[in-house]
Amino acid sequence: MVIDVRISVNGKEYESKVEPRLLLVHYLRDTLRLTGTHIGCETSLCGACTVLLDGKAVKSCTMLAAQADGAEITTIEGLAATWKSNGANGNGGLHPMQEGFWEKHGLQCGYCTPGMILTAVALLQENPNPSDLEIRGAINGNLCRCTGYQNIVDAIQYAAKKMGAKSK
Amino acid sequence: MATAAKYVGRPMKRKEDPRLIQGLAHYVDDIQLAGMHYMGVVRSPYAHARIRSVDVSKAKSAPGVVAVITGEDVRGIIGPVPCAAQIPDMKPAVRNVLATDKVRFVGEPVAVVVATERYTARDAVDLVEVDYEPLPAVVDPEKAIAKGSPKLYDNFADNVAYRWELEGGDVAGAFKKADKIIKQRMVNQRLIPMAMEPRGVVATFDPGEPKLTIWTSTQIPHLVRTQVAAMLRFSETSVHLITPEVGGGFGSKLNVYAEEALCAHLAMKIGKPIKWIESRRENFQATIHGRDFINYVELAVKRDGTILGARYKIIADLGAYYQLLTPLIPTLTGLMLCGCYKIPAIRIEITGALTNKMATDAYRGAGRPEATYFLERAVDIVAAELKKDPLEIRRKNFPQPKDFPYATPTGLIYDTANYEKCMDAAAKASGYTKLRKEQAAARKNGKLIGIGVSSYVEICAMGPSSAMPAGGWESGTVRIEPTGKVKVLTGSSPHGQGQETSFAQIAADMLGISPDDVLVVHGDTSQVPYGIGTFGSRATAVGGTAMYKSLEKLRDKLSKIAAHILEVAPEKVAFGDRKIYSKADPKKSVSFGDLVTAAYVAKTLPPGLEPGLEATTFFEPTNFTFPFGTHICVVEIDRDTGDVKLKKYVAVDDCGNVINPLLVEGQIHGGIVQAIGQVLFEEAVYDSEGQLITGELTDYALPHAADLPRMETSRTVTPTPVNPMGVKGVGEAGTIGATPALVNAVVDALAPLGITHVDLPIKRERIWRMLQKPAPRGNAKPGRAR
Repeated sequence: MVIDVRISVNGKEYESKVEPRLLLVHYLRDTLRLTGTHIGCETSLCGACTVLLDGKAVKSCTMLAAQADGAEITTIEGLAATWKSNGANGNGGLHPMQEGFWEKHGLQCGYCTPGMILTAVALLQENPNPSDLEIRGAINGNLCRCTGYQNIVDAIQYAAKKMGAKSK
Repeated sequence: MATAAKYVGRPMKRKEDPRLIQGLAHYVDDIQLAGMHYMGVVRSPYAHARIRSVDVSKAKSAPGVVAVITGEDVRGIIGPVPCAAQIPDMKPAVRNVLATDKVRFVGEPVAVVVATERYTARDAVDLVEVDYEPLPAVVDPEKAIAKGSPKLYDNFADNVAYRWELEGGDVAGAFKKADKIIKQRMVNQRLIPMAMEPRGVVATFDPGEPKLTIWTSTQIPHLVRTQVAAMLRFSETSVHLITPEVGGGFGSKLNVYAEEALCAHLAMKIGKPIKWIESRRENFQATIHGRDFINYVELAVKRDGTILGARYKIIADLGAYYQLLTPLIPTLTGLMLCGCYKIPAIRIEITGALTNKMATDAYRGAGRPEATYFLERAVDIVAAELKKDPLEIRRKNFPQPKDFPYATPTGLIYDTANYEKCMDAAAKASGYTKLRKEQAAARKNGKLIGIGVSSYVEICAMGPSSAMPAGGWESGTVRIEPTGKVKVLTGSSPHGQGQETSFAQIAADMLGISPDDVLVVHGDTSQVPYGIGTFGSRATAVGGTAMYKSLEKLRDKLSKIAAHILEVAPEKVAFGDRKIYSKADPKKSVSFGDLVTAAYVAKTLPPGLEPGLEATTFFEPTNFTFPFGTHICVVEIDRDTGDVKLKKYVAVDDCGNVINPLLVEGQIHGGIVQAIGQVLFEEAVYDSEGQLITGELTDYALPHAADLPRMETSRTVTPTPVNPMGVKGVGEAGTIGATPALVNAVVDALAPLGITHVDLPIKRERIWRMLQKPAPRGNAKPGRAR
């Protein structure tokens, strides 16, 4: 049995026939070949698979591709293009969140990074000026084994400032 | 001929990051080859069982399944899982890649399926029917080595893998002279390394050349290539092993795994590219575990706090089979049990126990966190017994800088250190005196506040080959291309540490160019000369030094060519700003690019000088290096819940000279948090049947961002003479220093209740139960904090 889905990913529309049990993360990685979204567990706890789905941070390992029919998804590959100033500001075409992670050494092995960045982007959409504690709470569903989280918090603060937050 | 350091020592942004933050990097599961098939592993659900039969018929006939193989199919065809460690008289607890007659741990591979689709392979795993005859599981290591225990191996006398002993100094005399002998049993619990990226392999075979290409998420590409070639009895020169991006290792990928050989074998047998990616459950069951020691320590001390001698009896739970370094790791503990103290007499007995569990092996610190934990806990118990401040006990026993190089009774020579200066820096940074005053006031209000100290030294930059199981040197090739770009080929194999950046900084300074001109290549065994790999905090100290020496050779050569062009003596030229210039007259210069072109065009080479701009060094270190530090932390324990809240964490670490402070700080942060994980969150638990009940992230707690305080890190800098850059290594130091600091803080918090030790892991239930006991006479009563 296959199910017809129409899913928009990074601004491009895809029409696909998917097995009912195909996980969204496998659809993105294996079918669409967007391998920036990573898999770190099978129990929805690590957060490496986080994407933005209709603007919300969603763990794509805990969703079926079939459930994403009609959705608009942004993966890490499509993040920079969503930043309105890109092209004009000469930062190499990065989203300020990506820039923040680079500037503040918010990554080491990079495996948790795409999911972490997208969770942080979702946070700043809801709370443009978060405190350190609020940031830590928001990324509590994203595990990192390398950094100890401290530089990640700093990276997100960097992005918040760049994206126009006023200091509390 | 030193060039001023323009890049070394600076917190340069990483060259690795652009691809990682844009999702453009390729980890092993990102590799997709035409016609690729998927491998699934059938694993034992029993900890200990005989295999009566394996029925693959249902699996083989399932649509999309291309092959199913069992232990019998590869008996004599694929060699066993290799172990490089050699301990005298150790029992050969060797594992075949697929079990044949017996399984000895939950997760042990019994059969392998190959299918055309990822999900089909997973379905097919469930279709293989294995008839097991369960046997009693051996789970407690102390019971395992005792008489009467069920045996894992019918042909071994018992479950003792080996006994290892080390004695130095007059131990009996030390204990006779002691004013006090403190004794304590301690546990350093089993952990799961939990790199964010599980293991995986992709293999493809071209029968024409013939050539076997393997991608594997590893820390040791060349060693894996050699071992897999040997296991398959296939010519190593026809194996091309490539390390893709690796999502963390922490020692768990410093190994040679059965799945690597199986995947490669199947690619050759079936003639299709094969991919195997482990699930997180498989990662928990069948990727190496860390730690798992029981320690009985005795410290003989004088009334004034001087440590006279130490005795340790350690039981190391090795699991059922050896992986690459399994038996070696406890001996690293043995070597470091004097720590940063002048302990003149020491006796260590280590017994390796075989149990029905996954093998333990190197996990961040590999034996040294255990040593530091045992000793630093014991020193704190001494301090409490003698009613002395933990800092002062340590100060009393530190060797002084003039005592270095310092020979330990365990046979090591510590390179350089100033433990006292570092400890004082930590005391100052944490405001220690003020902290103690605040603690005293808080205690009057019934609060359980603890301050924990840990001073550590660790052994890293592995290491002199005479002391290493399979070579301790490292390779570094530097090649300057005709267009003036520099390619570094390093045998080091980074998986997050950042050597693409730090090595470029070193090369840029040496050649007077920019790090943007330098590309650091690693992990590809067809490009990079043989290397030993990244583990034991050795990449910069050993791999970096190999590169450094090659850079020196090239700079020397370029100086000669430049001297010839500029008509000055070679010693009179300097490198900087992409130019080589006369020191006496800087306007007399040649651009780096023009010089390189001249070298290749070879019309103006000095007579006798060979063309080409490539140099390779295999650097053999003469010693390990010994970073050190002091960590101080503050905890508050909630009397009602037993919750331990980390209020403050201060670390002063000394890793010698620093190439990139961002990277060093990052390693310390990550190391400390892994230690916090061990102390407050993590424990790999096997039940009495040998079932790994902490089998997924749902049951194995890891530190999350909201659990952690901000860490305050700083350093002292005591260079080492072991290598020309004076760098020691830092990847594991944070984990080594932090574990005892945190435990000491918890015990300090509970000290008013008469508690002198708390075993790892310090979960809130354990504390809560301790708090329910009535207070010993004369101490503060437990009760609600006001």
